[in-house]
Amino acid sequence: MAEPNDRLYSESHEWVRIEGTTATVGITQYAQEQLGDVVFVELPAVGRGVAKGEAIGTIESVKAVSELFSPVAGTVSAVNAELESRPELVNQDPYGGGWLVRLEVAAGAAEGLMDAAAYERFVAEEGAH
Amino acid sequence: MTGHDTRAKEGLIFERSSPGRVGYQLPRLEVPLVDPAATLGEAARGEIEDLPEVSEVDVVRHFTRLSKWNYSLDEGLYPLGSCTMKYNPRINEELARLPGLAHLHPLQPEDQVQGALALMWELEQALVAITGMARVTLQPAAGAHGELTGMLMIRKALEARGERRRVVLVPDSAHGTNPASAVFAGFEVVELASTAEGTLDMEAVRRAVAEGGVAALMATVPNTLGVFEPAIAEVAKILHDAGAFLYLDGANLNAFVGVASPGAMGADALHINLHKTFSTPHGGGGPGAGPVAVSAALEPFLPVPTVERQGDRFVLAYDRPASIGKVRGFYGNFAMLVRALAYIRSLGRDGLRSMAEGAVLAANYLRKGLEGDYHLPYRGASLHEVVFDDSRQKAFGVTNIDIAKRLLDYGFHAPTMSFPLIVHGAMMIEPTESFGVDELDAFVRAMREIAREARETPEVVKQAPVTTPVARLDEVRAARSPILRWRR
Amino acid sequence: MHRYQAGAADRRAMLDAIGVGSVEELFASIPERLRLADLPLPVGASEDEVRREFWGYALRNVTPDCAASFMGAGVYRHTVPAVADALVQRGEFFTAYTPYQPEVSQGTLQAIFEFQTFVCQLTEQDVANASLYDGATAVVEAVLLAHRVAGARGRVVVAASLHPDTRRVLDTYCAAQGIEVTTVPWDRAGRVDREALARAVGADVCAVVVQSPNVFGVVEPLPVVAELARGCGALAIQAVAEATSLGLLVPGGRYGFDVVCGDLQAFGVPASFGGPHVGFLATKQQHVRQMPGRLVGETVDRCGRRAYVLTLATREQHIRRAKATSNICTNHGLMALYVTIVLSLLGKRGVRELALASHSLAEFVKAGVRSSAKLTLAFPDGPTYNEFLLRHDDPEGVLARLRQEGILAGVASTRLSPDLPPGILVAVTEQNTREECVRLLQALERVS
Repeated sequence: MAEPNDRLYSESHEWVRIEGTTATVGITQYAQEQLGDVVFVELPAVGRGVAKGEAIGTIESVKAVSELFSPVAGTVSAVNAELESRPELVNQDPYGGGWLVRLEVAAGAAEGLMDAAAYERFVAEEGAH
Repeated sequence: MTGHDTRAKEGLIFERSSPGRVGYQLPRLEVPLVDPAATLGEAARGEIEDLPEVSEVDVVRHFTRLSKWNYSLDEGLYPLGSCTMKYNPRINEELARLPGLAHLHPLQPEDQVQGALALMWELEQALVAITGMARVTLQPAAGAHGELTGMLMIRKALEARGERRRVVLVPDSAHGTNPASAVFAGFEVVELASTAEGTLDMEAVRRAVAEGGVAALMATVPNTLGVFEPAIAEVAKILHDAGAFLYLDGANLNAFVGVASPGAMGADALHINLHKTFSTPHGGGGPGAGPVAVSAALEPFLPVPTVERQGDRFVLAYDRPASIGKVRGFYGNFAMLVRALAYIRSLGRDGLRSMAEGAVLAANYLRKGLEGDYHLPYRGASLHEVVFDDSRQKAFGVTNIDIAKRLLDYGFHAPTMSFPLIVHGAMMIEPTESFGVDELDAFVRAMREIAREARETPEVVKQAPVTTPVARLDEVRAARSPILRWRR
Repeated sequence: MHRYQAGAADRRAMLDAIGVGSVEELFASIPERLRLADLPLPVGASEDEVRREFWGYALRNVTPDCAASFMGAGVYRHTVPAVADALVQRGEFFTAYTPYQPEVSQGTLQAIFEFQTFVCQLTEQDVANASLYDGATAVVEAVLLAHRVAGARGRVVVAASLHPDTRRVLDTYCAAQGIEVTTVPWDRAGRVDREALARAVGADVCAVVVQSPNVFGVVEPLPVVAELARGCGALAIQAVAEATSLGLLVPGGRYGFDVVCGDLQAFGVPASFGGPHVGFLATKQQHVRQMPGRLVGETVDRCGRRAYVLTLATREQHIRRAKATSNICTNHGLMALYVTIVLSLLGKRGVRELALASHSLAEFVKAGVRSSAKLTLAFPDGPTYNEFLLRHDDPEGVLARLRQEGILAGVASTRLSPDLPPGILVAVTEQNTREECVRLLQALERVS
């Protein structure tokens, strides 16, 4: 399963795609598989300032809750309002329609994140445990 | 399934409603009926439109039919680890309902309730004897409530010394109520990873305590794998030397009543689940009771009131300046206290000892019977419960949840699933001392059959249950679009 | 061998299968120095011997059945339908576990769904949980819910007319969590002082709590409280100690209260010397994910049959652990079932008739007090449901004298707290006869 190349990945299984000063964040295919059917997503308020690695929301399935950690520092500019009525988008389309948060970021915000290949290796190692 | 199938037709009590039906009759009113608009003005309320109108017969039929969809302990084994599903004696139900006990108002003058106070005092004495600790508060309504009470006392004890320590250490194998209660008491939780044997990591404990700021460590004994914590007394010493406290979660007390002493382990606070170890019924989710035994160090901080004996009189004592105050209205779940004391009297010192022995025997018997088919993630000596996992069955795509559901088809309730968290695909089995080999053998046979089915016809296990009143439920739908009440 | 345990042959078979000679070997993992030498308790007793001991306890008590009882103050004596106890004594209900395996627990689950519905109907709220321990802890859970919802606001405003025990429990929990509690006094009518309340609220307040009817039995001005709370962005919480009052009084849900909570004991639950009773908490849809306690939801099974299941469990301690909305696990499920049965029996007409009868009898006694030269109401201008405070400087003395005449005239306010005006809290219900009420008034006259 090849992860999309147009974005970067964190060790807590978030992806971030940066275009100019806008970063879009979601969770990966692996993350949504682990979680199971998503029933509810709690997202941060627009305008909130966020540090890299800060917990900014939660993603709930029936049996588990996962915290959402922002892979980049920035200011929340938008959240995916569709998830309120259709949380299953996170499962069905984690890299597209299931996006979670958009942030305004500064240059260099994506430092320290993995590319697709590195993330795939990371997941393979984790799965082996 | 039992009896004729009324399932298809039975709805909610609101759906049984028929205008004009009544299910009650009140005593004749011999004073003038007041017009509430005159006395209460705009606060007066009319009839609540959607309340049902049903006859007494409707109510009896409705709830009787509902009851038939329940599996219950009276029917058979409930091998739920950490729940101690043991027989609920009927004599306890009779005694709790004696009007002289059940009708007492908590604010009646003390000279009118000497029997009730004597009963509470006797229960405290019995629990002191059983735990080897200094005193017991009977106030908490449940185990988690007891945990909170114990942690509040520890917090107060530290404050009394002028100390403010924020950290409570909790092993990753702990029941979820442990960290939740610690947070409710205003602490921060630091989770300690268990050893490869599933026990407390002594090095990790020493390191964490040495860092400072530790108020207490919460441990379960035996732990949630059913294994005795070998170094528990040493843990107590490490904590006490650092001015911290040891909280023991007593959910697994059934393993060693009459055999070992939490007091000797160095416990400062220990909650006791009367609805586990002491047979009070689970009631489909309570009520229970969670008395907390304390060491002398925590005695000054007990909730008020306590029951004290003065000569041959009993009193409710409020004079405890360092008390944490009250944790609930009145004095405790008294009707559950009645049941627990009756149980303790019925068993006596001999019966309590054979209770723990029977519990440990039965768990080990099941372990022996199942270890050929199911994987044991931790191989330490089991006391009253044993944890298997689904790793062998996973090879065929069958999970612990599937096994649980298939067990329902065999007429048993499932074991505790997916706990403790340190075991993936956990199945925690605690039979208790209530059952003979016939029932235990039937359970083992069922589990072996399911293991065979997992190997040969896994779809059968994955489709289960098929003989229960309902099949697997769409829990995702229930969580995504919650419908939490009936509406017309 | 004990009658609740397996027998000797069972033990032998188990020991042989395990491969040990005695049970003692199975305890080898417990160090010697932690062993109990013996258990200083009597040996096990027969049912008859246990009965003797417990009848002994029971007979050393005096129950209110032997007197004309007007005791309330948080525990109320109303009709107890025989059917309710008969049904909860079915082993399928009371020996069942928490319904974690819904396929074999539909009885319990559907009953809880009905309970949740009843509570919503009584309180005019959107959602209610499956029960809490009691009224006092329900108020605490409501305040903590507000604290979570309102973010960084660290203060709660509470009417002084809250039952003192509820207040004490709230203080215990709030102290642990660093929540400041501000108290607002009552006015001449025994209701929360509006001006003082308006001054007390502010941008740092997460919740405003009133009990209605309050500890004096007086009905609080709920619309005013709701508005003041809303005005400062706090959640409004109504506590209910006398649940049958919901049959005659508009509940906070109608006025936009965020939470209506309390105890349903008054609906026929035995007093049992203080417990177990039944805490309840009902709130608005928008707060559902912050609710404490279990929730039962409707769904379907694989065959499309309507069924019920525990849901939104990620709020709870077994999943959320340190971040759970509450630490509650075991709640008061069987008591909730009991109340569900009582409410089913009473139904639309009975809930109102019960409340109206209690209110009418209480008004009858109040009228007698008003027309007496010797007796005074502490709050003559405060509208009440079925409980009121009779002013007296020596309430304990009066109660003691009336006890000798077989009358439990009420509860001394001073017994609850020295901060309450001294007097006797008199509660009247449909269980009191006209004759008892007349006797009460005459005795009070005589003794005052």
